[in-house]
Amino acid sequence: MTVENLSLHYLTRRGAVRAVDDVSFQLTRGETLGLVGESGCGKTSLATALLAMPSPPGRIVSGRILVEGTDILTLPEPALRSRIRWEKISMVFQGAMNSLTPVYTVGRQMRETLQRHRPASRAEAESLIERYVRLVGLPPEVVHRYPHELSGGMKQRVVIAAALFLEPRIVVMDEPTTALDVIVQAQILNTIKELKTALDLSLIFITHDLATEAEVADRILVMYAGRVVETAANEHVFGGEACHPYTAMLLAATPRLHRRASGLAFIPGTPPDLLDPPKGCRFRARCPFAFARCGEEPPLREVSPGHEVACWRFE
Amino acid sequence: MTGGGALLAVSDLAVSFSVRRSLRQVLAGQRSLVRAVDGISFGVGRQEILGLIGESGCGKTTTGRLVMKLLRPSAGSISFDGMDITRASGMEAARYRRRAQMIFQDPYASMNPRFRVRDVLAEPLSIHRVGAGRRERAGLIEKALAEVKLEPVEEYLDRFPHMLSGGQRQRVATARALILSPELLIADEPVSMIDLSTRAEILAMMKEVQRARGLSILYITHDISTARFFADRLAVMYLGRIVETGSPEDIVERPAHPYTRALISAVPEPEPGRVKTIRALPISGEVPSAARIPPGCRFHPRCPSATEHCRRDPEPVLEDVGPGHAAACRRWKEI
Repeated sequence: MTVENLSLHYLTRRGAVRAVDDVSFQLTRGETLGLVGESGCGKTSLATALLAMPSPPGRIVSGRILVEGTDILTLPEPALRSRIRWEKISMVFQGAMNSLTPVYTVGRQMRETLQRHRPASRAEAESLIERYVRLVGLPPEVVHRYPHELSGGMKQRVVIAAALFLEPRIVVMDEPTTALDVIVQAQILNTIKELKTALDLSLIFITHDLATEAEVADRILVMYAGRVVETAANEHVFGGEACHPYTAMLLAATPRLHRRASGLAFIPGTPPDLLDPPKGCRFRARCPFAFARCGEEPPLREVSPGHEVACWRFE
Repeated sequence: MTGGGALLAVSDLAVSFSVRRSLRQVLAGQRSLVRAVDGISFGVGRQEILGLIGESGCGKTTTGRLVMKLLRPSAGSISFDGMDITRASGMEAARYRRRAQMIFQDPYASMNPRFRVRDVLAEPLSIHRVGAGRRERAGLIEKALAEVKLEPVEEYLDRFPHMLSGGQRQRVATARALILSPELLIADEPVSMIDLSTRAEILAMMKEVQRARGLSILYITHDISTARFFADRLAVMYLGRIVETGSPEDIVERPAHPYTRALISAVPEPEPGRVKTIRALPISGEVPSAARIPPGCRFHPRCPSATEHCRRDPEPVLEDVGPGHAAACRRWKEI
């Protein structure tokens, strides 16, 4: 998947909120790309754009999303529905585990989703569902259960199974473990890694928590105020080579259990208003290193192979 | 537990809720009880922050609600400054509710959206009849806002909750809890809905206030990483019981109970090179329902070191494993 100059704006009465602003990146086959940033930096908006389904009043105003050579943004809605969404790219939405219908069994909900896409008999659908339910580490009996009978971790597994059974190549996961307890989170991260290898998936893993990203992402893409400020390999970011001041500060604000610090670091201030983003570098107001040059917008440039930073300090 | 110096002393506290039964259970005369809190004892010393940690469903929030007198316990007692508050009523209860205040997890849900910040802060004053007249109350409100660093205060007084960020809202919630000058603060996941980048800022502010005022805090959370930094002492809960207590250093670096060990090993650390590895977790499955607490040691079905004794013998109680460090596991020495 290649994303070029993608912009998603929310057209409100007060003006356009530039939630995703000129974002470009590539997702290579078999890779897990970790998308991080504070809330409101455009992560979820970007995720919805990748499926060409921005939530209203969002509009994709520019850019291309190439999947196997086709720009999916040029496809009409019916083609997106029948050939792209869930077939090629699927998504585990943030909080999806709480959007299961309480009145139907898990199995019935999964079967209806499946049959909407595939002409399968009930028996065929059930055997396929059973296969995926087992793959995500659930006992096959869960298909007869109602959502309220399952724990949070089990519901999250159900949602992951439902994102996978149409055999997509790319799966976007938006905060899939955020609402879960640490032990369940660790179990699910293990499952996600196993599934990725078993099904040869490429993943976009979105979270605000760098510690989780360290566990799953091959490469990290850091977003701030709608823009990409740094992309680097996992080893670069967590091995002390993070360059952008924002990445470094996010990392410092991530608690480390075994390191006795005198206190936890934090990033003072709040992200800018995207209705009227500041000129120049958007992180300037919160950046301890800002200097005159930061009044101009820094481009994303390569500082070493596979490592790009948008900051004037690295020119 | 902490001796006579404790401001809050909880002993053998328990609460259970009855759940809906099937017709068959009704006919068989079976009762189904959820033992949410199942006999816990702990103390919070003066000027101490006790971190009560555990996963969802372990009873930590219920414990906080019991201490706040929002729930009536089925057994045990809670004493505050030497007074048994489980039996307190009327004037005594009202006085207690002024001396102990709560900060809730969700700063969006715990504030009336139609109240301006100044009204949010004025409400406890009028309920408890604090401050004579408008001017004195206004002074108290401004002082409370300054204390939580919402400055200049004039900029925040007339805002509605929706005009504040999550962090600012939690500062207002803290100011609301402080305005009555309480001695005990019960903070239930006060920062878990706040962005990681500002979480530490809020906790640092709370700690500063705590040190300045000599407050005691019962800090309830699922997040060991922040609890380690914030609390003076930790108590780990599992399925309605406290399974280990000790200093943050002991709990994190020398955990004795197998559950605490599992909890700590599951915390993700931002270190490189873990992408390809499947993490070995010394625990399997999920927390069982509090309606069906396993016999013997309640952790045995998930414990990697459980023996026949753990399944059959009476439940282990907290025993000292080091100075100021106790665990409820009969095999802590061997494992």
